[in-house]
Parts: sequence; C-alpha cells; structure tokens
Amino acid sequence: MSALDQIALLAGFRQKVSNDVLVARGGLALLAAFLTIAIALPLYSVFSRSVRDNEGVFVGMRNFGRFLSEPGLAVSVWNSLLVAIISTFLTVSLAFFYAYALNRSLMPGKWIFRGIAMTPLLAPSLLPAIALIYLFGKQGVINGVLLGHSIYGPLGIVVGEVLFSFPHALLIITIALSTTDQRLYDAATSLRAGPLRIFLTVTLPACRYGLLSAFFAVFTLVFTDFGVPSVIGGSYPVLATELYKQVIGRFDFPMGAVAGIFLLVPAIIAFIADRIVQRRETAMISTSAVPLQLKPNGVRDVVCFLFCATVALTLLGILATAAFGSFIKFWPYDLSLSLRNYDFRGVDSTGWYVYINSLKLAGWTAFLGTPIIFLGAYFIEKGRGFGWFRAFAQLLCMVPLAVPGMVLGLSYIFFFNNPANPLNFVYGTMSILVLSTIAHFYTVPHLAAITALKQLDREFESVGESLKVPFWVTLRRVTIPACLPAILDIWTYLFVNSMTTVSAVIFLYVASTKLSSVTIVNWADWGKLPAASAMGMMIFATSSGVWFLQVVISRRLLRRTQAWRER
Amino acid sequence: MSTESYLRIEGINKSFGAFQALRNVSLQIDKGEFVCFLGPSGCGKTTLLRLIAGLDVQTSGQIFQDGRNISLLPASKRDFGIVFQSYALFPNLSVEENVGYGLRYQGQPKRDVEKRVKDLLELVGIGEQRFKFPAQLSGGQQQRVALARALAMSPGLLLLDEPLSALDARVRVHLRNEIRDLQRRLGVTTVLVTHDQEEALTMADRVVVMNQGTVEQFARPMEVYRHPSSLFVAQFVGETNVMSGVVESIGKVRVGGRLLSFDANPALPPPGALVVALFRPEDLALRQARSDAENIFEARIESIEFLGPFFRARLCLGHSPEERLTADFSANSVQDLNLEPDRVIVVALPPGRLRIYPINIEKELPA
Repeated sequence: MSALDQIALLAGFRQKVSNDVLVARGGLALLAAFLTIAIALPLYSVFSRSVRDNEGVFVGMRNFGRFLSEPGLAVSVWNSLLVAIISTFLTVSLAFFYAYALNRSLMPGKWIFRGIAMTPLLAPSLLPAIALIYLFGKQGVINGVLLGHSIYGPLGIVVGEVLFSFPHALLIITIALSTTDQRLYDAATSLRAGPLRIFLTVTLPACRYGLLSAFFAVFTLVFTDFGVPSVIGGSYPVLATELYKQVIGRFDFPMGAVAGIFLLVPAIIAFIADRIVQRRETAMISTSAVPLQLKPNGVRDVVCFLFCATVALTLLGILATAAFGSFIKFWPYDLSLSLRNYDFRGVDSTGWYVYINSLKLAGWTAFLGTPIIFLGAYFIEKGRGFGWFRAFAQLLCMVPLAVPGMVLGLSYIFFFNNPANPLNFVYGTMSILVLSTIAHFYTVPHLAAITALKQLDREFESVGESLKVPFWVTLRRVTIPACLPAILDIWTYLFVNSMTTVSAVIFLYVASTKLSSVTIVNWADWGKLPAASAMGMMIFATSSGVWFLQVVISRRLLRRTQAWRER
Repeated sequence: MSTESYLRIEGINKSFGAFQALRNVSLQIDKGEFVCFLGPSGCGKTTLLRLIAGLDVQTSGQIFQDGRNISLLPASKRDFGIVFQSYALFPNLSVEENVGYGLRYQGQPKRDVEKRVKDLLELVGIGEQRFKFPAQLSGGQQQRVALARALAMSPGLLLLDEPLSALDARVRVHLRNEIRDLQRRLGVTTVLVTHDQEEALTMADRVVVMNQGTVEQFARPMEVYRHPSSLFVAQFVGETNVMSGVVESIGKVRVGGRLLSFDANPALPPPGALVVALFRPEDLALRQARSDAENIFEARIESIEFLGPFFRARLCLGHSPEERLTADFSANSVQDLNLEPDRVIVVALPPGRLRIYPINIEKELPA
C-alpha cells in the first residue's frame, strides 16, 4: 500500500476518483450553476428589491405599506384572488365531469373529445379572450345574451380563464381517475351500495388528491395569468396587469417587486400544499390493482356524451370564432373572407419578423432546453454519492413550478439589467428570452425526465462500470435511446410553450426581439383585433403542426428504435 | 501478503448513517471456489457483495483480490463480472450487443468480438437467440444472457446477486445445476448471494451464513447443516426442534423431566449452565419397542401431515408445550407401522445429533 493510500485509510474511506466520477460531478456542478443563475439569484433580487427604494437604499417594509395604501393596488390582490377562486371551481368541476365521461363511460367518440379538449394548450391564453370580445364585446354578435353586462372585466376574465385552464385540469384529473381498482367497485356492489353511494365512497375518495392537485394547479395558473386579463380585463385591476403597469408604465420597480411578492406567495403556498397532497397520494396506489371493467349503461352514456359535446363545441366555437375573425375583412360590417389580416406589414411597422422571432425562441429553447433538462435529471437521478448536493439541485429544479412567469420576468430585469452583473450583456438579446423560457418551463419536463429515468433498471450504470465502459457510453447507447419517447415529449412541450408564452418574456423583449405572443397583447390593446387573432392563429397553427409532427416522427422513430418494446 | 487465498476481506465495516450494515467481517475465499452468502434480508450479504465490486465503499477495512489491494479502487478498475437480481439487461440492445457491450468498447476487432460473443452464447446454451431483444426472451434465457455478459471480459471473479430469485421453481433448480457446471468448467472464483438455504447448500463449496451484519459461520454446506456454529445458524438453516434445559453433568442435559445424553466437548458449557438443546426433525428414529438405552422415550402422535417424500409428525412427550417435538418419518415407515394420531410410539435420538448451545443473554431466545 502506498503512503497516499495509508493517509486515505486514516482519513476515512474515499474511493479513488475515476474519470467517470469526475465527469459526473462536473455535470452536476454545471447544472447547479445554471439553476443558480437562471432561477435562484434572479429570484433573490426580487425579494431584495422589494425592501429597497428606487435608489437601492434599504427601506424595510415601507414599500409594502405604500402598496397596500394605494387603492388600485390593494384591491387588485383581492380581485385576483376572487377571480382565481371562482375560475378554479368552475374549471375543476367541468374538467372532473369531462374526465369522468372520458374514463368511466362507454360513450362514442372519446378520442375526438380528448383531442378537442387539448386544443387550448396549443394557443396563447390571449386567443380565447379575443374570441370572447368578438362574441360578446361592444360589437359582439351575441352580446345581447349578457343582458347589458359587460364582458370587459371579471366576467370576461373568468370565462377566458376557464377556457384556457380547462386542459391543464383535465390532464391531472384524468390521471387520478385512471388509477383505480375494479375490486373496490366489486366489493362495494357486493355490499349492496347504490350508484350514488359508490360514487361518493369509492370514486371521489380515490381521486380526491388528484382533484386537489388540479385545484392548486389551476389556481396558480389563473392567479398569475397575464394574457386573459390584459385583453379582456378592461378597467378591472388584477395583480398581474397591475404589476405590468407599475414596471413598464411607471418604472416603479419597488412597487413591481412588492406586487411580484404578492403574486409569488399564493403560488408558493399552492405549490407546497400540492407537494404535501402528492406525497400522500403515492401511498394510495396499489401495484396489484385490477383495471376497471366498464359495463354499458344507456342513460349514463347519453348524459356523458351530451355534456362532452357541449364542452367540446364551446371550445371549438371559441377557436372557430378567432379563426373566423382573422379571415373577415371588417368585423362586423363586411363579413367577406380575405387574407388581408395576415399581411402583418399593414398593421404597423412590426411585420412578420415577430413571428420569425417566436420560431427562433421556440427552436432555441427546445434545442438547448431538452439536453440541459434531460442531462440535469440524469445527473440528479443516476449520480452516486454527494446525496445532499443532488437533493439541493433537485429542489432548485422544482422551484420554477412555484414561480409565476411575471415574477420570473421581473426578476430577470432586476438581475440581468444590473450593470454590476458580468452577465449584463445578455440583456436585450434573444439569449435572455431563451434562458428565461427554459427556466420558466423547467419543472414539468424535469419531472418527466426523472420519471422516465426511474423506470430504467437502477443497475445499468453498475453493469457498464463492471464491463469497464464509462458512463457516458452507457448514457449514449442505452439510457438516451431507452428514454427517447420522453425526450421527444420534452422537446415538444418546450417548443409549444415557448410559442405561446407571454408572461415572462413581456418584460424582457426589445424591439428587435419582439415576439408574436407579445405583439398580440399590443394589438389587442390598440383594438386591432383581426390582426391579433390572425397572429394567434399563426401560433396555433405552428404549435399544432409541431405537435402533429412529433406524433408522426415519434411513432416512426419508435417503430425503428424501440422494436425492443414489442414482445 | 498471503498467497493461498484469492479474495481476502479483512475487518470490513460499513455504516449507512446510524445503521451499521456490516460489522468487522473477515473472509478468505480460495481461487476457483464457489461461495454463497446466505442470510435473511437485511443481513448485509448484498452490501458485502457491492463492496467487493466497488459499487459502494466500506467505512473501514480492506479487500485484496489476487494479491492486489483493491480496497480503494473504483469498480471500473477492479476485475469482476456481475449478474444482478433484475439482470439489468440493456432493453434496447440485442442479446449479441448486450454480451459484446464491454468487448466492443475495448476496441477489439469486430470479428474477434463476434466470435467471442458467439462462443459465450453457446456456452450458456442460447446461441440461436442472438438477434432477439431481452423482452422477447423468457426469464431463464434472460438470466443466461446476463451470465454470458458477466463472463464476457473473462473476469477473475464472478459475482451473482440473487440471480435465481426472479425465476419459477422448476427453472430455478435447473439453472442452479447449469451455473454450477459452468463455474466448474471455467474455474472462475464465484460469490453468490442468496436468501434461499436450499440454493446455498446445493450449490456452494462453502457457505457464509450472515446475520445482522456479522458472519455467523463460514463452512462447507454439510458442516453448516450438521454442526451449526450458533443457535441462529441452526434455526435459519433447516428445521429444528428447540428445547431449553440445564446441563446436569458432562454429556448429560436435563430437558423437562428427561435426562438426555449428548456428545460432550470441552467447549460446551459446564454443569449447571442454562442451555438450549437442538436437533433436526429427521434425527428422531422410530424404535419397535422400549428399552433402557440412552435417549429413548415414548411419545404420542398429536397430528401427522403428508409432505410428499416424507411425513411430518407433531409429537407430544408430556403436557407442557416445551415437550412438543417435530419429527420427520419416511413414507414407508409411516405406512408399515400404521402411524396415526393418538398412537404412542417409541423414538430414539442419537446422542451425536443433539446439539447444545449456551443461552446468550444478549440475544433473546426466538419463540
């Protein structure tokens, strides 16, 4: 034994560090550095700015006092909460019955209903709001049904938010409803429970955690959304639009920071509550569950079909209204069709380049974000040793889910627009938009990657090591190919969300990096609805196209590379 | 450094936080030997295997392989092949690519790799499955692929972590023999981890019985069965009758109302000591008639159950539960003597089969 080994023995046992371990630790360190710069430090700057004045002098809680004493600001907090709670109840109820019909009935056309319900994911939240203006606005075709009430304000916001958040709730509740056990229903039936009693004692309890999860997710989504209220909110102040006004309209950064914290706190509470709920949920699923066997039931199936048809037609109607509006010459006086509204050069000096910018942002975010997120998840999940450090990185990866896009965008102004920051040069470039978008949408694909990696055998790396193959070879030849479906999902998720996002980037674009989603906000603001809906349709078409392409590619790719999945 | 043993483990300790998984474990395994680590779950057997592989690091202690101190080497610098309980076959690679995985990376000419893979697959008897994917194979076939892959780099040491526990009983018995034959042919030193005593007793040259992070006994299978070194080993390996008693004089122990003889040796507790007396159910022999010879007594059959090749009888000696015993009788003798419940029979216990252990105050007697 060498003297060095002797020292190692005395100092407690440390294995000699192989190249493998060095590279893996380096990867983990890079990930932590990335997350610190993209999330932790900017977020810290929001808190720091909220207790300082515009000159950076510490003023304690004085900004909070000023915020609460300004009538418009204080009331916006209550408005946001009210709108969010009402929208959440409506969305979760609708989504629950829709999911129930999809999962627990034998109605026809399920896959069509499933597809239609997902369409709002492919368009910015602005699009349903614009469609609502076409229908119920001052010159709306059916504004009579509102009996003199105005769509501009809480009513429009709630309806718009329900339309926009519906698929998010549906996805979560569908998963909750699909994890069930036929034996529970058999047992209940054998104990002579009636359908209502079975519903209340078996069905509802089994998915109550899923319902709570959906509740928290929709609440956060609505509470922090900027798109819908900015288009249809009229003079009704909500927190997200007030935050925007304070920062962009008045350059009152301390007020912006305080508004950001009011936006952040409920989101964090919802996030933590959801984590607690989900931890409980895992204990409920038994591995030996027997899948549900549905029996035909005429009344149930007809009711389900009618309900789903109503919801689906509403969603399609909203989309069709926006599409129709974009092809109309002059609403509502000249209803002849034309492509004039798609000639964006005619609207203002903006033109088509904002669309190209959106494509660039989505492309870069997907191409850079996918490897960062997947490899990050790999180092966290498959790394050995350094347990506390991996747990810390995992925590950082979860943070973005709790941070509203508006707050993230604001934090980037504070952090990157600081001349003392060596990264100051990214400010006003496409890079900062890409960085903020990756950070904004980090958590969901990260969790998808972790789930995919957890499904692989824990010992792949050990086998590779015993065969003297470095981990990166095993990563390239086994782990990545085996996770390919998840990687494609991540890519598409990032691309589609980058196309439709407004909240974070609205603080960060400059004239040369303006995006189509931001342009829609401006045009809707200026009353250029036809052009705004035309731009919205462009985003919708692009997202749908990419999503469709992913389905085709992955199916073909899977057939070629995943032959091993077949038995 | 010793020349005789191939794998030498010296004073290994391993803690996971406050939990001590291994305590001062030392072993010496000879070249070409087949050794089984046997013990209940949580006894530390898999942990010890992972330390030998370098997949975990010991808290203290040293490991030598083939005269080389490998205590601090990472797994990739050690010389072993491993088969995991799950097999960990790469799902997206064919059987051939799985087995050639390490060889290919070493930069050997493609033709040599192909030849070697072909030979290995024929060695484990699945030559014709080369182009299939793991999911298309049966459990037994997957097991063979994992074995071929572990042997591909011609390792000096083969580590098998419960390789048969995922298979159904018939395949398991069959593969047991095959693995053993293969190991003999290749002469590769092998460590197999199992919780199945039958597997350990039939396959191993020597068995390491482990309990709560320590080695209870390291001996040949027959020795472990016939002369278990501790109460734990006696109870973990095979069926045992347990009775408490007092040593009366050298070679005599009082159990209940009876005085039984046993083969004394100086290591056993002195007269007056509280002890546990053990013997195997099959060690009770039927006698035609009473006699006054040693260790012969009458018993009433309480119940008798058919277990295929033999019958297991519950015998009652007196009235206290202490005096209930289990005995195994061959199917023939049960039929010949027409044994049935409530018959009184005469049984003999050869003194050489009665084992005496001091009562360990620290470890409670298991019920």
